[in-house]
Amino acid sequence: MTQSAVKVRGLAKRYGDVQAVGGIDLEIHAGEVFAILGPNGAGKSTTVEILEGYRRRDAGEVSVLGTDPQHPTRLWRSRVGIVLQTANDTAELTVRETVRHFAGYYPNARDPDEVIAKVGLTEKAGSRVRQLSGGQRRRVDVALGVIGNPELLFLDEPTTGFDPEARRRFWDLMEDLAHDGTTIVLTTHYLDEAEALADRVAVIAGGRIVAEGEPATLGGRATAKARVSWLEAGERRHLETGTPTRTVMELTRRFDGEVPELTVTRPSLEDIYLGLIGAGTRAEVSP
Amino acid sequence: MSETITAPTASTARPHLPSIAALGWSRGVAETRMFFREKDAVIFTFAFPIILLVIFGSIFGGNLEGTPITVSQLYTAGLIGAGVMSASFQNLGIGIAVDRDDGTLKRLAGTPLPRSAYFIGKILNVLVVALLEVAILLAIGVVAYGLALPSEPLRWVTFAWVFLLGITGSALLGIAVSSLPRSARSATAVISMPFVVLQFISGVFIPMTQLPDWLIDISAFFPLRWMCQGFRSVFLGDAGAALEMTKSYELDRVALILGAWVVGGLVLCLTTFRWKSRRDG
Ligand SMILES: Nc1ncnc2c1ncn2[C@@H]1O[C@H](COP(=O)(O)OP(=O)(O)OP(=O)(O)O)[C@@H](O)[C@H]1O
Ligand SMILES: [Mg+2]
Repeated sequence: MTQSAVKVRGLAKRYGDVQAVGGIDLEIHAGEVFAILGPNGAGKSTTVEILEGYRRRDAGEVSVLGTDPQHPTRLWRSRVGIVLQTANDTAELTVRETVRHFAGYYPNARDPDEVIAKVGLTEKAGSRVRQLSGGQRRRVDVALGVIGNPELLFLDEPTTGFDPEARRRFWDLMEDLAHDGTTIVLTTHYLDEAEALADRVAVIAGGRIVAEGEPATLGGRATAKARVSWLEAGERRHLETGTPTRTVMELTRRFDGEVPELTVTRPSLEDIYLGLIGAGTRAEVSP
Repeated sequence: MSETITAPTASTARPHLPSIAALGWSRGVAETRMFFREKDAVIFTFAFPIILLVIFGSIFGGNLEGTPITVSQLYTAGLIGAGVMSASFQNLGIGIAVDRDDGTLKRLAGTPLPRSAYFIGKILNVLVVALLEVAILLAIGVVAYGLALPSEPLRWVTFAWVFLLGITGSALLGIAVSSLPRSARSATAVISMPFVVLQFISGVFIPMTQLPDWLIDISAFFPLRWMCQGFRSVFLGDAGAALEMTKSYELDRVALILGAWVVGGLVLCLTTFRWKSRRDG
């Protein structure tokens, strides 16, 4: 029996004329890492902020750790960690002062210095938050999201502005947390990030879920046709096939050995994703 | 089949949430630290009344007609009133507007911090800033302008209640107006402009007796004029009463109007306070 950390039925939210979220169903299991993908304005932040208890929904049922986020209690808040998409606060405190201060809000917080080390800010621990670079500032947000030792962690585009090393370090931190049983819900524009971290992903476009599944099989990725490409008579040749191995064997026979510039590729997550959100946008234009 | 989690999985005992008092104190320490590190805020809300006292005190010498009181001493008493209002009204009005704009309020709302602890922190910050402000203004008044600190305990009692009622009413008014500016950048203009005007019509810089009646009527509505009048009664004593419009400090009216601002300010806060910025849907 799996427990669900987040359960959403028919979630809808409208701002004036804009239907930001138009009927979303979601079930995220306890201990799962769940990524939400989607183009700018798709409704990711709106959805996540409703789950976090920041925004009120127009319709639908929502249960987060067994509580309706529109009626949060302190105890519930202490079990949920949040990294918002944007923040510029605590500019005049140092990194260490900020993380320590927020640790004091929680009943069983992590060790502040350890968290600072995990996000790679040990060298900057004594600097004012104002003086940090954009990516370093963002790492403080991540530190504040995890300081309370949450059971469920929401992150809205957490790695924006991270350099490659910081991103790897962040991935390691998320893997540690997931290993300890933390449920993680993150939005991202980086497909490699979703692929590296998520057990399951949902693609949102135009306020609806257009695909949901494991990164490896999303949108029929595993069964999609492979593309075999080679050079023949000075010309590049392609073949889309469901049986690439047989094609390569035939080619090997034809060329009697080495096939010039042979490649066999399957669609990347990005190819699948672009196909999906293209479909989502079309569906929006002509319903 | 799936099932929704209802209790924390890891620990069986109910976790112990920190007390509101401890969190309020911790907020107060953090707020005060941030305040004194931010040069704009320190100069603008804290040093401004002190700078004005030094400037006015060195420009205007001499006694006020028919009294042993000097102009500088009159300014000291008035600027203590303005300083208290600056530390409370202006500090909170701008500070909370900035907190709403830069994401502080939003971040705090996402943590288990009780909302009351945020306000306790602000109040502690206001008390520290105001007491320090009053102490410095008084020190300048005593050392440079020969102001005599009152010796009768009764006058210190008056000081205490004028200070407490005045700072509470002004702070509540500041919390209420913090919802007016659309962004942090407009906060300084939206909140300081009216405050500067109020200082001019409340007898801080210009004696009330020299103002036209319609300005006097406007200032009578706000707490600053009454706070200044209360502080003059404490620091200028009976000799200064002759300078007041009614030849009396009217302490009963001071108490009544400042008290009304405490009640009215609270109602205004409870009905208008926005925890969200205009961007957050
Ligand atoms: N406070 C608001 N008031 C009015 N409209 C809003 C508000 N917040 C979001 N919207 C609109 O709702 C839609 C969804 O916005 P949302 O922020 O959820 O998108 P997103 O998927 O998070 O995009 P991004 O990748 O750019 O962060 C957009 O069209 C946006 O303009
Ligand atoms: Mg977003």
